[in-house]
Amino acid sequence: MKAASFDYIRAKSIDEVCLALNQGDGEAQIIAGGQTLIPLMAMRMARPQTLVDINDIEELRGIEIAEKVARVKAGTRQADVLGSIEIRENLPILSEALGHVGHTQTRNRGTIGGSLVAADPSAEICLIARLLDAKMTAKSTNGTRSIPASQFFDSAMVTSLKVGECLTEVEFPIWEDEHIGFGFHETSIRDSDYALAAAAAQIAIDSSGRCERVHLAVGGATPCPLRLNEVETALTGKVVDDGEIDTAISLIPALLEPQSDVHASAEYRRRVSTILAARAIRDARDRAQGEFA
Amino acid sequence: MSKNTIQITVNGTSYKREVEARLTLVDFLRDELDLTGTHVGCEHGVCGACSVIMDGRPVRSCLIYAVMADGHDFVTVEGLGGKDGSLSPIQDAFWENHAMQCGYCTPGMLIACHHLLEENPDPTEEEIREAIGGNLCRCTGYQQIVEAVKIAAQRARGSNL
Amino acid sequence: MSTPHQFKYLTKKRRVKEDRRFVTGKGRFAADFKFPGMLHVAMVSSPFTCAKINSIDCSLALELPGVHYVLTGEELASNINPLLSGLDLPEVKRLPLANGRARYAGEWVAAVVADTRHIAEDAAELVAIDYEMLDFVIDPEEALQDTAPVVHPENGNNIFFDKTWTWGDVEGDFAKAAHTLALRAKWSRSSTVPIETFAVTASWDGGREMLDVWASIQMPKYPEQIARALRMPVTSVNVHFDVDVGGSYGLKRGIRQTVIVSYLTKKLQRPVRFIEDRLENMAGGEMHGPDRIFDMEVAYDEQGIMESLKITATDDCGCYPGRAPLQLGKPVSAIVGPYRIKSAQYHARSVSTNKTSQEAVRGFGQAPTNFAIETVVDRIASALNTPREEIRRRNLIRSDEFPWRIPSGSEYDSGDYHTVLDKLMKTADWDGLIDKRNAFRESGKLAGLGLSTCLEPSGGNSSFEPLFNPKNNTTTWMESCLIKVDMLGGICAMMGTSSSGQGHETLLAVSIAEVLERDPDSIRAIHSDSVTALPSNSPVGSRMAIMLGGAAAGAAKKIKNQVIAIAAHNFQLPEDRLIYEGGDVYVKGDTERCLKWEQLVDIAHRQYHNMPIGSEPGLQAQHTWEVPSGGAMPKEDGTVQMYPCYAFEAHIPLVTIDPGTGQVQIHDYYIGHDCGTVINPDIVRGMTFGGIAHGIGAALYEKFQYDESGQLQAGTFMDYLLPSAHEIPTVEMIKHYTPSPLTEFGQKGSGESGYLGAPAAIASAVNDALAPLGKSIATLPMRVRDLEELLNS
Repeated sequence: MKAASFDYIRAKSIDEVCLALNQGDGEAQIIAGGQTLIPLMAMRMARPQTLVDINDIEELRGIEIAEKVARVKAGTRQADVLGSIEIRENLPILSEALGHVGHTQTRNRGTIGGSLVAADPSAEICLIARLLDAKMTAKSTNGTRSIPASQFFDSAMVTSLKVGECLTEVEFPIWEDEHIGFGFHETSIRDSDYALAAAAAQIAIDSSGRCERVHLAVGGATPCPLRLNEVETALTGKVVDDGEIDTAISLIPALLEPQSDVHASAEYRRRVSTILAARAIRDARDRAQGEFA
Repeated sequence: MSKNTIQITVNGTSYKREVEARLTLVDFLRDELDLTGTHVGCEHGVCGACSVIMDGRPVRSCLIYAVMADGHDFVTVEGLGGKDGSLSPIQDAFWENHAMQCGYCTPGMLIACHHLLEENPDPTEEEIREAIGGNLCRCTGYQQIVEAVKIAAQRARGSNL
Repeated sequence: MSTPHQFKYLTKKRRVKEDRRFVTGKGRFAADFKFPGMLHVAMVSSPFTCAKINSIDCSLALELPGVHYVLTGEELASNINPLLSGLDLPEVKRLPLANGRARYAGEWVAAVVADTRHIAEDAAELVAIDYEMLDFVIDPEEALQDTAPVVHPENGNNIFFDKTWTWGDVEGDFAKAAHTLALRAKWSRSSTVPIETFAVTASWDGGREMLDVWASIQMPKYPEQIARALRMPVTSVNVHFDVDVGGSYGLKRGIRQTVIVSYLTKKLQRPVRFIEDRLENMAGGEMHGPDRIFDMEVAYDEQGIMESLKITATDDCGCYPGRAPLQLGKPVSAIVGPYRIKSAQYHARSVSTNKTSQEAVRGFGQAPTNFAIETVVDRIASALNTPREEIRRRNLIRSDEFPWRIPSGSEYDSGDYHTVLDKLMKTADWDGLIDKRNAFRESGKLAGLGLSTCLEPSGGNSSFEPLFNPKNNTTTWMESCLIKVDMLGGICAMMGTSSSGQGHETLLAVSIAEVLERDPDSIRAIHSDSVTALPSNSPVGSRMAIMLGGAAAGAAKKIKNQVIAIAAHNFQLPEDRLIYEGGDVYVKGDTERCLKWEQLVDIAHRQYHNMPIGSEPGLQAQHTWEVPSGGAMPKEDGTVQMYPCYAFEAHIPLVTIDPGTGQVQIHDYYIGHDCGTVINPDIVRGMTFGGIAHGIGAALYEKFQYDESGQLQAGTFMDYLLPSAHEIPTVEMIKHYTPSPLTEFGQKGSGESGYLGAPAAIASAVNDALAPLGKSIATLPMRVRDLEELLNS
């Protein structure tokens, strides 16, 4: 399991990365934490001609909380985001999800951007990006563009980033409603495995317990993390009791086109996603009501 | 095939070497520096046998190319004890409690546990299991490892009283 | 006997000698050995499930700078003898590299040799092979059909072994019985998968005419097998047994790998190393474990007392019959488990399919068999609506009935099963656990309490070999120890095998210390090289505490006798007037008249004039011990004494199942354990906890899944799931000591403990959780998806 040969460039700036990618003509690839890419290269399932190392680029690291958004630079280590008190206070669902990503040792190297770009269907970070409608900023020698999460994930392991583009930043919206709560549930075979199915919900309720807005997304079940707008609509404006939740989630099975693999069947993923979605909504509601056990 | 010159510090010693870009850090440590205490288990980032400490944090050395390690500081199992050959508290607790059998995952386990105790001198059982959750052991069922961490933590606290 | 004998060093907590080097990173594993000029091997694997190899073109590979050689199966086959088979199948040639036909996806077809492993892998991609796809068979029951493609056409069919033994009046007992019950239980292909893959370096020295081998090996008669394959004298093969093996649990038997590098080092006159990478290891390393379908029938009375048992075990051996098919044989030694069953029938079938070959795995087939038997016992309890523990109590052999002969001929040495079960249930607070289970159920979870009571046959004589192969007349499985006392009184003990975590250095030191009353920490224990080693059969079958411990004690006693004889000569007194204490010898009633250990040793080494007339100078002794109760061939009816010692274990886990997702969580785990006298308590605890973890893996997570086209879907650690510290619970171990009358200190084996009962116990718990729904499962592993699908069916 030794990688095929490649050339190595250690970039010092984003511009240098863009230039190298441009010159690489599709055969150059960015390496950040390498926690997904290096195993693929070891198995020779990935064989870039050139690796552009972005680990030395200061401008790709850091967390910034601004008005209604948290900006996380793409090269920020997952461990640093997990350890960030600001993130925990403003985006607790991201902290919660990050606890399920890999292990201490992989989070110490793995980056937020790396996980998004790898676009594994089961990746927790992708799920949260999709849930919250995060915006990705991509830069290339042609300029900078912003890509909403809804248009970022094309299919399993494929994003809408173009050849030559470098993901530089992710902007997660921060909800500032008075009563908000989140729920995150995933089923994996072992504690730290990729999720067979995962569901995340964030809800804002008014003082009477009525749902002002809710976001719900599932991961692991489908090629890309999926927002469940139909369910959100069904819940919005309602007092979210267990009966309403059960009614709303009954829409889910028809919305999913899950995949089968060695670990779980499509039917498994369909059923379990639905169950986890219900649990996530319930947790979100309970947290919003300050009643989370 | 590109060759690159790197300079890294391992267990306090600085090394300068020319490496092929595709050489992983674990192969570099073992084959170029003869530090064979760090082991290769799966080479795809799952088993944790190759764990080392990089700039104060545990990482998997099969998931870093040596060339990417240029300028960084590492501690391997060979660097946990004293220069006189004395054992660190976690090494001693592992030995005392037989927290191993074949010894193959042991260096990676020690790295994970050593780092845990540095961060958290009084870990709960759950925190210990979380810290070693990325290190697979096929011999012990983990129990004597968890116990050893508790022993080391208790001793360290005792010695601070 | 349940009061432990008073020992000075045995049974006491003591640091394990080996561990110091492991905690400092100074273990010496096979991959740590480097030699000048060493070359590296990577394998070219067949991507097809079954294919004819029309041609192999190595020219592009050989053009790559740094590439030295490409070895094909054809070249190798014409220069070596086929590898040893456990069965009498002369037409099935087991070779290190496929020759003419590749029979499973991942089978090694060629070996590339280069300056580095990286270059070898580059070149492996350039070896061009013209394959012609052939029909294949993946399902073992399909393989038994007349119409099935045949894995080895020369063999005529896919049956490697098929035999039925009937011990006692099985049909009569079934006819008379009040009840009978039949079920099918499946144990899927899993393995103990060590974290270290197999690694080997061979170096041919033409000057010494010696092949030196450093390998991560755990295999009986390894040097002999190398020599036979390569057609060279065993005296020209030197296996360095002082290589630390990074886990094995039965698996590390890389004879194919070794023959390849040994051939290459002779051919290329350079040291050659092959370290399997994880892909080579999982698909082509031939290290998968038993893959077994059990069809069980039991006859029992109104009380649930079992009268007779019929077992048909159909084992999917995979491609080649190495030692693995004999894993159907070990269960003959405990075919009725710990129960008083009068008669038994055993139909054992080993079937070939187009999958990688099985290898020996911890327990050598006993863990699957125990799982099948325990499933039967639980079903009887359920059928009679009687508690599971009560059914077991009624059937367990009673402590006053030992030695107990089972229908298949083995005599169980000793045991106190009821006491162990009672102690376990008391400490675990069985009733409290039932309350806890019920509380889980009330909160909406599925919860279950499991129970299993199983045996660990240990220290065997390998008589499943003649039982399964009439041309094989092996009746001994001896072990040896050589002790030499140096001129200054230091003690060095030598064993003739490598270790893979069992702590043999500690075992030798403590066993010898116990006899000679010397400090164990002062005793050096080493692994001899094979050319100087005395006969050994390696650490398999939970045998070393018994056999190496016994050999060491035997040699130590000879040393002690020599020392006493020297003292007697010097005191001019009969030996019965002397007392040996701590190595010193003094005159009974007159401690002033004493010869110290150092003085006695000095006499032996330097003062021949003070030695008893005609005695051998120096102070050394060797002892090669025959397996107690061994030495006999199987009888006509297949009855045979196979293992001398039988350890007992009883497990209680409490689990919950998430009804929505099928996830199993283990909340509590207790084991009652009796392996007789414990040599080192930490080692026994570790073996047991580790065995339970293996068992939990086999029960819930691990499976070498093949798809319908014969491709391995679990060839990496992303797909083959080894349990982590999150999945394995804290286990409470309740100890009991029933010494074996057959061994030096009363010890029995413990190397396979935990694993032999954990899968059955977890299955018992899961089924208890499913029982309120009227559902059950008897297929391992019980994966998340399987349970969720069962719950939704």
